[in-house]
Amino acid sequence: MSPILHVQGVSKRFGGFVALDEIDLEVQPGERLGLIGPNGSGKSTLVNCICGTLQNETGTVRFDGHVVDGLAAHERTHRGLARSFQLPRPFPSLTLADNLRIPMLYTVHTRSGPLHADNIEARCAELLEMVGLASKARQKPRDLTQVEMRKLELARAMAAEPKLLIADESMAGLSHSEIDDILALLVRLNESGITVILIEHIMTAVMSFSQRLAVLVSGKKIADGKPEQVVRDPEVVRAYLGE
Amino acid sequence: MIAVATAIFLLIRAPDVEYFFVAGYTIVQYVVLATAWNILGGYTGYVNFGSAAFFAMGAYSTVALATFANELDDLVPESIAPLLHVIFPLSIPTLIVIGGLVSGVVGFGMGYLTLRLRGAFFAIATLALAVVLQTLVVNWEFVGGSGGAYVVRPGEFPGLGSYMQYLFALMMGLAVLALVAARTIERSRLGYGFAAIRDDELAAEASGVPTLRLKLIATTLSGALMGMAGAPFPYYIGYLQPQSAFGLEYAVNSIAMPMIGGTMSWVGPLVGTLLLGTLQQIANVTISSAVNLLLVGLLLIGFVIVAPNGIVGLVQDRLWTRGTK
Repeated sequence: MSPILHVQGVSKRFGGFVALDEIDLEVQPGERLGLIGPNGSGKSTLVNCICGTLQNETGTVRFDGHVVDGLAAHERTHRGLARSFQLPRPFPSLTLADNLRIPMLYTVHTRSGPLHADNIEARCAELLEMVGLASKARQKPRDLTQVEMRKLELARAMAAEPKLLIADESMAGLSHSEIDDILALLVRLNESGITVILIEHIMTAVMSFSQRLAVLVSGKKIADGKPEQVVRDPEVVRAYLGE
Repeated sequence: MIAVATAIFLLIRAPDVEYFFVAGYTIVQYVVLATAWNILGGYTGYVNFGSAAFFAMGAYSTVALATFANELDDLVPESIAPLLHVIFPLSIPTLIVIGGLVSGVVGFGMGYLTLRLRGAFFAIATLALAVVLQTLVVNWEFVGGSGGAYVVRPGEFPGLGSYMQYLFALMMGLAVLALVAARTIERSRLGYGFAAIRDDELAAEASGVPTLRLKLIATTLSGALMGMAGAPFPYYIGYLQPQSAFGLEYAVNSIAMPMIGGTMSWVGPLVGTLLLGTLQQIANVTISSAVNLLLVGLLLIGFVIVAPNGIVGLVQDRLWTRGTK
């Protein structure tokens, strides 16, 4: 099967600092990939290069069989790439339902034609129900707790009906039960056919979620494989614990 | 909305005092300017300090075309002159459309040049644009340069009475157009896209909103409406100088009126303009025209402290709290 995401030799510099150095990464359709690495290792930069927030200097990013280099972020979203942000970025002046309306009006609309108003309403309700925020549909994001904000972030990414979802540290700062909540949500999404890349620091979460694990250190990919093997890899251990 | 506008027109006409039309014209003109400003400033979140420039571009397209009409015989070869005399002088509705086109193009250009600028940087760029355009006009002899230009207003408009009434009626029509446009945008797909840009541009882009394209639509629309408001102005004022067309009060009032009324809905700029515009006209007559900007400043400070979301925001909050109790 051809990979849904194929990152090939991608590099990114900020001035003299090499944030990403010749990264190769393949993700198969329906896979659950964990992406880990210490702070500053380039995980978020890689996500930004995949999603079009940043443009990579060398290498290519292929998504769903097409090269997406040079495409703006919204065009990649239209093609089925969705992300949640590390720090939730809701639309504060819009209600929760309207927050989800934006990707439907712009992404789903562009991809498969105008949606009927009733369909949008129903889909908003369905998505909010899925993340357990149905009762707050008419409220603004400022009324939400941290974990609810993360759920809204995921729901908004889902509203774009993506093929691939990149969840960038959607569990940082949450309690154990809240993490389990989000994990269950991500597994359910994956079971509905969506490929998921999980970027996370919380190892228990990553280990229980991922079918495969990739490790970034200082802008280089140092390991890629079965989670149990990767965490025993001496190079990975050295990167995380020191010599 | 058209019915309301007609009713207001007839009401003002009843006492047969020409001054009401003179004062009313200014207020209604600000309804157009404030609504236009709000499409970019309120809906999309990009603060434009250069409203006066868009207004002036509309006014000066009229001056240029009127001057051209006057000096037609000297400017073009004799063979084409009779042909052009059929078209010129242009009617004011035509001039409004042209003013809108010119300012729309300027708006598009401004949007294109400032695509990557956000927040205060965008505001500064719009201010700079106003200065550049004013300098160009001051140095353009054809439209009078720094000395200004006369545009002769016909005394009467057939069927309506004084020409001022005709101008007022036109401006009323423009105000209806602007308000309908703002209201339509607000409830449309475009309006949601604008709101997403205002709230968080990065998240908007990630949700599939083509932010650059939408920003260009907003700057063009907003600019075009301001230019349309400016096009009849030379006929209203009779004598147009760069200092008056690029006047500070246009830039300040176009910002202050939506802020005081509320920037989140089309009603806000209307309410703000009716309040502030009327107060200014009263101050004009009773105290002095110099008090105008002081009045704006004081009201703006007051509203920023007491009701940061404007009058409409204040009312909505009240209704909301009452509804949840």
